[in-house]
Amino acid sequence: MSRRALAVLLLAIAVAGLLAGVFLGPEPLSWSVVVDALLGRGSSTLHRVVWDIRLPRVILALLVGGGLAMAGTVFQALLRNPLAEPYILGISGGAATGAVSVMALGLVSLTSWALPAASFAGALLAILLVFRVASAADARLDVGVLLLAGVVVGAFFVAILSLILALSDAETVRSAVLWTMGSLRGATWRTVLVVGTYTVPTTLALLGLARSLNLMAIGEETASYLGADVERVKKMAYGVASMVTAAGVAATGVIGFVGLIVPHGVRLLIGSDNRALLPISFVAGGAFLTLADLVARTALAPAELPIGVITALVGVPLFLVLLRRMVRRQIG
Amino acid sequence: MASAASGRPPEAPGSTSRAVAAFSTESLTARYDATGPDVLKNVTMAVPAGTLYAVLGPNGSGKSTLMRVLMGTLRPIHGSARIAGRELRDWDRRELARQVGAVAQSEDQPFPMTVRELVSMGRYPHLGPLRPEGDEDRAAVNEALERCDAAQLSSRYVSTLSGGEFQRIRIARALAQKPRALALDEPTASLDLRHEMSILQLLRESADSGLTVLLITHHLNLAARFADQMLLLSEGRVAAQGSPEEVLREGVLEEVYGWPVSVRPDPVSGAPSVTPLG
Repeated sequence: MSRRALAVLLLAIAVAGLLAGVFLGPEPLSWSVVVDALLGRGSSTLHRVVWDIRLPRVILALLVGGGLAMAGTVFQALLRNPLAEPYILGISGGAATGAVSVMALGLVSLTSWALPAASFAGALLAILLVFRVASAADARLDVGVLLLAGVVVGAFFVAILSLILALSDAETVRSAVLWTMGSLRGATWRTVLVVGTYTVPTTLALLGLARSLNLMAIGEETASYLGADVERVKKMAYGVASMVTAAGVAATGVIGFVGLIVPHGVRLLIGSDNRALLPISFVAGGAFLTLADLVARTALAPAELPIGVITALVGVPLFLVLLRRMVRRQIG
Repeated sequence: MASAASGRPPEAPGSTSRAVAAFSTESLTARYDATGPDVLKNVTMAVPAGTLYAVLGPNGSGKSTLMRVLMGTLRPIHGSARIAGRELRDWDRRELARQVGAVAQSEDQPFPMTVRELVSMGRYPHLGPLRPEGDEDRAAVNEALERCDAAQLSSRYVSTLSGGEFQRIRIARALAQKPRALALDEPTASLDLRHEMSILQLLRESADSGLTVLLITHHLNLAARFADQMLLLSEGRVAAQGSPEEVLREGVLEEVYGWPVSVRPDPVSGAPSVTPLG
C-alpha cells in the first residue's frame, strides 16, 4: 500500500471513529439530535451529552492514542529496540504511583483534577530519575543504560505501588486497578486542552527529528559520521516523547499496547522511514484508540469496559495478522 | 581497471610537497575513560590528500580509536587532530560529514529498510533534518549505487543482502555524501576474495580520481599492493610509517606482531609480501 493511500485511509477511519464516537454510546443519537446539540438547540441534557461528554472524549482519545503511538515509534528508534514502547522507561510506574498515592491518602476521588496532576508529577519524577542515572559524567546519554535504568526505576515504582495497595482498603484498590487499566471517562474540555497543549507542539518537534531518528536507528557511531548531532537528538527525543506519554497517562491512566502495536503495524505497511512513520502512526494510534473507546463504552453499556483490555484484545490479533504477512513476504 | 593488477601507481606520493594533509595528528594521546589507560600515545601522522592510506596494526593497537578521534567522536586528551588542516573541534558535524564519508566497523539494523533508504541517508549532511530530497540528492544516490555496482540492489531489503553486498552499499552511502575523503574501518573483514578485491579496487579507483582514502585493515599484503602510504600502530604508538617498502620490514613486523615473518617482493605485483614463518 502506498504511503499516501494509507494516510488517507487512516484519516478516514479516524474521522469515522470521531463521528461514531459522538453518535454512538449507551444511547445512540440521530443526525438531527447531534446537529441540534452542536448548534445549541434542543434539550440541555442532549446538549450536555454531545458537547460536554462525547465530543471531548473522542478528541482526547485521538490525542492520547496518537501521542502514545508516536512516542512508541520514537522510543523504538531511540533505543534501537523493537520491544520498546512508551512505558518502557518507567513512566507508567511513576504515573501510577503518583495517582494511587493521592487515592490512598483519600485526598481525591477518581474524577478530581488532582489525580492527573499527581500522576503527571509521578511520571516526571520517573523521567528525571532515569535521565540522571543514564547521563554519564561527560553528559553523554547511554541508551543501553537508559533502557536498564528505565526498566529498573519502573519496577521500583511498581513495588511502591504494590506496597500502597497492600495497605489500602478494598475501595481504593478497586479504583487503583481501574485507573491502571486506563479509561477516557474523565475527559473534559479542560483535559483536552491540557493534553493538546503537550501533544500538539511535541508532535511537531518529533516530526522535525524524524530524519535524525532514522540515522539513530542504525547506531550512534554511524549516525554521527553521517552528520547527526547524536547527543542532542537523543535528549530531545527522550524528553519530548516522555512528555507526550506523561501527559497521556496522567489524563487517562495506563493504556497499553497502542504504543507498541501501532508503530509496528504501520512499519509493516509502509517501512521504517520515520518521516512517514511518525505522522501516520499518530493518525493510526488516534483512530485505533477512538474506536477502542467506542467498543469499551458500548459493548456492555451502560457498564464500561477498561479500554486497556479492548486495545489488547483487538490490537494483538490484528498485529499478529500483520506480522504473519510480513514473515510470509520475507520468506516467500 | 589496470590499476588493481599493477598495484600502486608508479609516481611516488607522500612527498611533503602536498600543501595540506587530508587527515593529520600531532602528539595525539587519547583514552576512553578519564582515568583509564591511554589507547593512543603521542601519535603523529599525516595522510596526504588524494592518496590511499592504510592503517595497520595488531588487535587493540588503536586503529579504530584513531578513526574515532579523526572523525571527532572521541576527544583527544593531548595533542591535536586535524582534517584538511582544521582542528576537529572547529568542525560542525554536518560540515564534517560533507568532507569525510566514514564507514564504521559495524552498524545496527533493528528495523526493515531498503537499500535505497540506507544509501539515501548519505544525503543527511546536505539536507539536514528538514529539507526534502531533490533531484541532486537522487542523482548522488544513483551515482553512488552505480559506482559500487549496487544499482540492481536498490529496492532490496538490507536484511536480505550478503556480507559483501552490505559492505558495498555502506560504501555507497559514504560516497553519496559526496565527500572529499573516505575513512573505512575494516570494510573487507569477513569477505571472500572476490568481494574483498572488488572493494579494494573501488577504493583504489576512488583515490585515483582524487579522493583521499583512509583504510583500516589487517591485510598486510593487500594493503602493500593497494596503498600509497601506510601507518603501523603498536600498542597505541607509531611503530612505522611511510611507503609499504618502508613500513613492511621483517624486524619491525616481528617486533610488532610477535611472530617471525619473511618479507619478499610479490612476484606478480612487485609490492612487498609478508609470509608468516614457523
